[in-house]
Amino acid sequence: MLNRTAENVARATPEPLARKVRGISDKGLAWLFISPTILLLLAINIFPLFWAIYLSFTNYRANRPNEVVKNLGFANYQRILGDQDIWIAMQTTAHFVFWTILLQTLIGFTLAWLIDRKFRGHAFWTTLILVPMMLSPAVVGNFWRFLYEPQIGLFSYVISFVSGIPPTSIQMLSNVSLAPWSIIIVDTWMWTPYVMLICLAGLRSIPEYIYEAAEVDRASNWRQFWSITLPMALPFIMLAVLFRGIENFKMFDMVNLLTGGGPGSTTEVASITLKRQAFESWRTGYSSAFAIILFVAVFGLANIYVKALNKVKQR
Amino acid sequence: MSLTTAHSVVAPSANSKRIAGAIIIAYALISIVPLLWIFATSFKTPPDSIAYPPKLLFQPSLEGYCNLFTTRTRQTPEYINSLGPATGFCDETTRKRNMVIAGPSNFLPRFVNSLIIAFGSTFCAVFLGTLSAYGFSRFKVPLADDLLFFILSTRFMPPIAVAIPIYLMYRELGLSDTALGMILLYTAVNVSLAVWLLKGFIDEIPREYEEAAMIDGYTRLQAFWRTVLPQATTGIAATAIFCLIFAWNEYAFAALLTSGTAQTAPPFIPTIIGEGGQDWPAVAAGTTIFLVPILVFTILLRKQLLRGITFGAVRK
Repeated sequence: MLNRTAENVARATPEPLARKVRGISDKGLAWLFISPTILLLLAINIFPLFWAIYLSFTNYRANRPNEVVKNLGFANYQRILGDQDIWIAMQTTAHFVFWTILLQTLIGFTLAWLIDRKFRGHAFWTTLILVPMMLSPAVVGNFWRFLYEPQIGLFSYVISFVSGIPPTSIQMLSNVSLAPWSIIIVDTWMWTPYVMLICLAGLRSIPEYIYEAAEVDRASNWRQFWSITLPMALPFIMLAVLFRGIENFKMFDMVNLLTGGGPGSTTEVASITLKRQAFESWRTGYSSAFAIILFVAVFGLANIYVKALNKVKQR
Repeated sequence: MSLTTAHSVVAPSANSKRIAGAIIIAYALISIVPLLWIFATSFKTPPDSIAYPPKLLFQPSLEGYCNLFTTRTRQTPEYINSLGPATGFCDETTRKRNMVIAGPSNFLPRFVNSLIIAFGSTFCAVFLGTLSAYGFSRFKVPLADDLLFFILSTRFMPPIAVAIPIYLMYRELGLSDTALGMILLYTAVNVSLAVWLLKGFIDEIPREYEEAAMIDGYTRLQAFWRTVLPQATTGIAATAIFCLIFAWNEYAFAALLTSGTAQTAPPFIPTIIGEGGQDWPAVAAGTTIFLVPILVFTILLRKQLLRGITFGAVRK
């Protein structure tokens, strides 16, 4: 991706002709075009980030703006790394990220692999499958809460109809062991199409002649799948996993609407902890430190992953 | 595989196509059930919506839509009888449940907020994005790769993490709970997508067009305006719709940074309460109204979808 960028920039070297244009020079124009975006991002993204870094070293509380702010050094960071609850939240997050990615990749890839057969009407059904991912996670979370209602919800009804368990005992959202799964189910329902779409692009990018060659060599279908289809689609699958991983690490809307972190703290992912610390307990300094740790974690993991992805791509 | 029917030796057999089709159709139908259910619920009466077993067949009613747009108070039958005749369908339905309309609900203003903020931020993001994308695509910008990566990386941050300082910053600047503040914020979030997507689209337009225009005596700016912009219209439209969908659906910032006047629909819909809990038909009605634009856009966008959701990293 970035190599292509470099090529384009190299090609963009101004022609001698372009340099002599009337009015603004090309260089001036380039900055005129780019600087508003950079300034906006500096103001709304980078400045707040640096402010958060500053706050993370203090005991500031946003609901008591007049209190004297004390510099705590690394005390907030030390407390977070020693805080049992934070570690549990991180574990919960990891648990969600793992299961949602596993399920979405398996189902998404299978669906893409089937759609790639181009059966009659595949375009229509593909579009229909894509609808859930276009919705607002908050609105989705809210109406799944309705579907999950033990007495009146469609989900509990269908499960109890199929399994014979009375609907009152299918407490998806308030049962400690079911609540995490209620979120994993909704997230998988919503985002499997996303993974499917990227996998589909991967499968379509495999040139036909490779299969023809394999067919000539009398490779079995199974062999073709493992030696051609999967490896050639792998960079795309990994890209989908990257995007879903980053998104699910930040997961907030759906959890907040479905369970709000409960029952107890069984579904309290990092973002929910962050919200509780920052906007309910108003421990601004402490939560800023946690935010920074999270950001560094996402950034670090994403970077390591992108390196691996690039290796796979170059194979 | 018979040689007469197959165009290529590797075309899937008719049978495997049929099985694949059946599985995909089954998946599509099951995955669409929750949406159909919410659509159906929006036409139920409150008692029908919480009936057990869930009602598949019911007398359709617009009560949910009526409840969505109004607030109601419970009154004694005597008081209701003392009122004049009911004016209109909504009034009549409400009175049947011993209630009178107390005034409009907050849904409409929230919906309007969603429109203003989504369209406002989309316009700004696409405007800034087009300029930057052209800048990155056509000029030799120092540290271009680093700047582009910086622009992309602003999307890595959990919204809650930046929400704290933005909350404080907005409080100082008087931007908290204002549409302007939300437009600025969503513009900043969307501009990264806009730059990356539009750069891809503009890269595909041959630069010979501008060169030809400049030989004809146009300045760089005029060449951009007269040749590049018209060529990039499709890309700009697709980018705009992606930005619009994001801003339309966003919840975390909206929930944390707005409380009243600038609140959008996503944090509002879950708060629609009826008597004794959520008024599910009204919630479903709000959800349905809220989803319609997105469904239309999804169908329009089919071809660009992949590009948009991957920042242009994958093309179809």
